[in-house]
Amino acid sequence: MSTATLEPRVQAPRNYLNAEYGWKSWLFTLDHKRIALLYMVSITFFFMVGGAAAVLMRIHLIEPQGALVQPETYNKLFTLHGVIMIFFFLVPSIPTVLGNFLIPLMIGARDLAFPRLNLLSWYIYIVGGLFTLYSAIAGGVDTGWTFYTPYSSTYSNTQVTAVVVGVFINGFSSILTGLNFIVTIHKMRAPGLTWYRMPLFLWAMYATSIIMVLGTPVLAIALFLLALEHLFHVGIFSPALGGDPLLFQHLFWFYSHPTVYIMILPAMGVVSEIIACFARKRIFGYKIVGFSSVAIAVLGFLVWGHHMFVTGQSIYAGLIFSFLSFMVAIPSAIKVFNWTSTLYKGSISYEAPMLYALGFIGLFTMGGLTGMFLASLATDVHLNGTYFIVAHFHYIMVGGAVMGYLGGMHFWWPKISGRKYPNGWAALAAAIIFVGFNLTFFPQFILGYLGMPRRYAFYPAEFQVLNVMSSAGASILGVGYLIPLVYFIWSMRYGPVAEANPWGAKGLEWQTSSPPPTENFTKMPVVTEEAYAYAAEEKINRA
Amino acid sequence: MPDAHAEHAQTESSGLAHQFEDLAQQHDADTLGIWIFLVTEIMFFGGLFAAYAILRWLYFAAFEGGSHILDIRLGAINTVVLLGSSLTMALSVRSAQIGNRRALVLFLILTMILGGAFLGVKAYEYRQKFVEHVVPSLDWAPEGEVLARLAPGGLNHAQLYFFFYFAMTGLHALHMIIGMGLLLWLVLRARKGDFTPRYFAPVEVVGLYWHFVDIVWIFLFPLLYLIGGRY
Repeated sequence: MSTATLEPRVQAPRNYLNAEYGWKSWLFTLDHKRIALLYMVSITFFFMVGGAAAVLMRIHLIEPQGALVQPETYNKLFTLHGVIMIFFFLVPSIPTVLGNFLIPLMIGARDLAFPRLNLLSWYIYIVGGLFTLYSAIAGGVDTGWTFYTPYSSTYSNTQVTAVVVGVFINGFSSILTGLNFIVTIHKMRAPGLTWYRMPLFLWAMYATSIIMVLGTPVLAIALFLLALEHLFHVGIFSPALGGDPLLFQHLFWFYSHPTVYIMILPAMGVVSEIIACFARKRIFGYKIVGFSSVAIAVLGFLVWGHHMFVTGQSIYAGLIFSFLSFMVAIPSAIKVFNWTSTLYKGSISYEAPMLYALGFIGLFTMGGLTGMFLASLATDVHLNGTYFIVAHFHYIMVGGAVMGYLGGMHFWWPKISGRKYPNGWAALAAAIIFVGFNLTFFPQFILGYLGMPRRYAFYPAEFQVLNVMSSAGASILGVGYLIPLVYFIWSMRYGPVAEANPWGAKGLEWQTSSPPPTENFTKMPVVTEEAYAYAAEEKINRA
Repeated sequence: MPDAHAEHAQTESSGLAHQFEDLAQQHDADTLGIWIFLVTEIMFFGGLFAAYAILRWLYFAAFEGGSHILDIRLGAINTVVLLGSSLTMALSVRSAQIGNRRALVLFLILTMILGGAFLGVKAYEYRQKFVEHVVPSLDWAPEGEVLARLAPGGLNHAQLYFFFYFAMTGLHALHMIIGMGLLLWLVLRARKGDFTPRYFAPVEVVGLYWHFVDIVWIFLFPLLYLIGGRY
């Protein structure tokens, strides 16, 4: 720690990381890039908390009679895992970290439209998170992340109020983030950056923000009513007093199905950026890929009833929800086919981000296709409430959203930190995650098909082999997630210094230095070409 | 005229946040932001209205009986008071636009007084519910004439009606209280002379919020007070 090692840093050009020092410069920052890093640290913490719960569950399920915890504790573990991973990791992950960091850079603005609102949303997120952690420490919650009544109202004696308040508060963080993004994308684009010149990541973030803004308030009101019901037992969700427990499910899924698209759409946006860069081609069918994001956001609001096929919902409502759920497959498939078409005759290079993106396409396709099984009324009756569901949504949320998040982190890490990470380790981690993920969750498809119900602490002995495979896969997956954490932290100090555009990528964010200065651009940019204009460059290289 | 020019430049840039190019862009962003926020509010109240609609459809008699317990005169007075506050709020925005600082402060304070009057009447009504023992869960023991009115629809279902009464008017009142805080903030800024005919977005934004809260009440009044044919 001598002055000799510090000297080069003093000479380094001013950027957002070295503009100010001290904890106040972080906790009171209004810079969207610093707020993105606050979120990055926070969601990583929550990811580890949620991951620890998953590890305990998988250890427990090594033996048919349960190897580790009491059944009540098991219930609390899967609830904690679900609540933390969905509300405090997956929903905020790409929007608040990569979205916060990149949206102003990609549209050529100095910051988001409302920087103070942005910082406020992080504090709201933290307060919501503290309530949730309190609920876990004070005894946990055993309702499952869906908080279904009457588990959460009449029959629960666990910390339902604390966790519901935590998730309720956290919702406002989501709402403010979405609001900020929509206004920023509408009003702050650089001269020349028309809607059809925007990177597809921005289209995805815009569609995501629409869901955040329209869906989250309905979750808020559902949880508000639930908390009142839990505290006062008035009976709005209790049939004995004239209420309707299905009403809660309707309100809950009205948000919580679109939430799946809050998780997956940003990852799709990330994948579009990565594929275009490492195939050195404009995304095939740019416009329809952009509009398919919006279509998914809109259709996503009309399919919540497919979570309730076996709850006594009208069969005619079920038919319509089933049909609409199949409709969502269309824009999703458009994306997958168009990414594949982009690869066709591209100059593909297999850098680490590309490996994550390709992994995303494979796993998302699996998750999406198995979703078709569940959208069909007849097969859903058999598969509902089994491990098939668990496997399906983990293929979407972990295989899709987390792969997308990690791909994006690897793609933009040189921009965020100004440093490069070791590519070999990154490729190895990607491979380990892909293998570990499939070993964890593919057996669960079979388990579910054979009839093993989810959320049980015990299972019949004949399911042990598949469960042990799943637990073994989970340990590999865990190692795969730790490796990037290690080399990202390592690279911040020891990684080679990154140039402004290490991948030779298109997009305004690559035109400013790495890491960017506090107000992003020394000279405000003007956009003169479409997104992903790789073709012109390729012609020059070939000539 | 170098001084006048500098002064002009300063007034032009006052209130401009660093991330915007000019005040026009900032004004556009601010107003779009509040409109989107109001959309989230519609979804927020919308969930509650949907739940209300379903249970009212199931238990109309109970909701009608509950409605007849409410004092329609107080509800009507509050409707007039709140509409009056919307007028003074609109006049505040107008005063800010034409740069009349005294009128701005006056109309903002008038808006606060009317808002306070609304909340006062609301508090009195809440107190009446305790007197009549029709507060769900906390004080639910209707008797006498009140009981006679509620009994035909079923007491449990009537309790649901009053649950909605408190949840909906309570959330509305919470929005009013937040609005009062925002108005106070505007008064303090207006007295300092922060607002100019070029920079008055905060007044307009709070104004839109205030009008939205009024409109919620315009729906709440008939839905809660005017059920059934008693008039």
